[in-house]
Amino acid sequence: MTTSAVRVTRAEYCVIACAEAWRDNGEVLASPMGLIPSVGARLARRTFSPDLLLTDGEAMLVGADGEPEGWLPYRRHLAMVTGGRRHVMMGASQIDRFGNQNISCVGAWERPSRQLLGVRGAPVNTLNNPVSYWVPKHSARVFVPKVDMICGVGYDSAAAAGPSATRYHRIPRVVSDLGVFDFATPDHAMRLVSLHPGVALEEVRAATAFELAGCDEAAYTREPTAEELRLIREVIDPDGLRDREVAR
Amino acid sequence: MTDKTMTPEDVVRRLRSGMTVGIGGWGSRRKPMALVRALLRSPVTDLTVISYGGPDVGLLAAAGRIRKLVAPFATLDSIPLEPHFRAARQAGAFELMEIDEAMFMWGLHAAANRLPFLPVRAGIGSDVMRVNPLLRTVTSPYEDGETFVAMPALRMDAALVHLNRADRLGNGQYLGPDPYFDDLFCEAADSAYLSCERIVDGFRGAPAQSLLISRSAVTGVVESPGGAHFTSCAPDYGRDEPFQKLYASTPWAEFAQRFLSGPDEKSYQSAVQSWHEERT
Repeated sequence: MTTSAVRVTRAEYCVIACAEAWRDNGEVLASPMGLIPSVGARLARRTFSPDLLLTDGEAMLVGADGEPEGWLPYRRHLAMVTGGRRHVMMGASQIDRFGNQNISCVGAWERPSRQLLGVRGAPVNTLNNPVSYWVPKHSARVFVPKVDMICGVGYDSAAAAGPSATRYHRIPRVVSDLGVFDFATPDHAMRLVSLHPGVALEEVRAATAFELAGCDEAAYTREPTAEELRLIREVIDPDGLRDREVAR
Repeated sequence: MTDKTMTPEDVVRRLRSGMTVGIGGWGSRRKPMALVRALLRSPVTDLTVISYGGPDVGLLAAAGRIRKLVAPFATLDSIPLEPHFRAARQAGAFELMEIDEAMFMWGLHAAANRLPFLPVRAGIGSDVMRVNPLLRTVTSPYEDGETFVAMPALRMDAALVHLNRADRLGNGQYLGPDPYFDDLFCEAADSAYLSCERIVDGFRGAPAQSLLISRSAVTGVVESPGGAHFTSCAPDYGRDEPFQKLYASTPWAEFAQRFLSGPDEKSYQSAVQSWHEERT
């Protein structure tokens, strides 16, 4: 801990928690969706995971300086997905206790009360490469007992679908504005790993519509190093856009 | 050599109600919007639309032309949710075959290769299987014995795509960073119509890899500058974000009256131009 005198914001803890998702991933594509995961991926790339690949959000692979180093149009991106050399952090309009995720629609699929994006690449992602999730506003409307449409495949659904579904299926972590979660329990139910400093356990419980494992052992999300804070504040996100995604 | 040049009106005269029509591009990127607008001016309806959906889907849905949609999503990119697609879905206005992005791509590959299906490790375990009860799985005949989705070929009656350049014979060139899947759309269709920013006499000096589409897969070529508007068509132009915002926030009838009620593409382009002039 080298940042004693500096107040770390909630958004910065979230950035650190997202960056950690890509630690020790090696030479794979980091696909962050959302601003804070994007700052996190770039932070990981500049610090502890220098071999990560990043895109410009369109069709080019870019180095830390933003200069192109390769070509990744959608059709090749899909081969990166199915080849498994990728770790994506997707959003989730709903996510349940076993990691099933929904971005398609709310309500009955036949005639939804709220149409959202559609399944997008969530089915192919979850069956082929590690998929983490980012939820900027943790609430009981997002962390639900059962999702309305399974887009991203959770552990129970993958197990029910058989070996072809479980073979490459992995959900390393879920990061929200309140804490970090994973599925490292015997039945792959969601577990609280760490609270962001300033968050009370009761706050997380109240904002989650199912029972979370690990509540007794949960730690706090680690502090950023001075160098990480400098990179976030001066190099990667100098305009503080991260505070728009997570206030406080 | 056959000169395949035609107008947007010529294209839609070859389309029929009830057809399955594939639309190239991706989201709000390089969509054949001029051809979609020509469709809106025609009486053609009751369509099965196959698309990585963007405002093409939104416009056709708002105008009530879609009977069935095959898509993994519909988005305006900078505005995540397509408002007319949303409204139509929430009103139960059309049938939907909602599939994953990769399933969609393999469906195009299957159709382009005249195969009934291709195996995909995507879909199983998800509700894509629940909402598409006609989807079947296939088991590997090799030792692994794995089970995959047998993604059916997305064969189409007609495909509409927009590229940066083309010649009169139907060879098409993209100049932006991503070809999307426009070549597959053309190869997966019985007839394909390619609009472009500019018709050129040839491609001397062009990087070979930019020559995406072969004339053997193209039925008609339309020169339509600004033909992807308001979606992006890099490097010729970027997305018209203010106009897209207008599209997304204006009641449909009002938007259609002001921009889509003219007799041709030219009247659309000049309505857009005057809107921009009024803003400044």
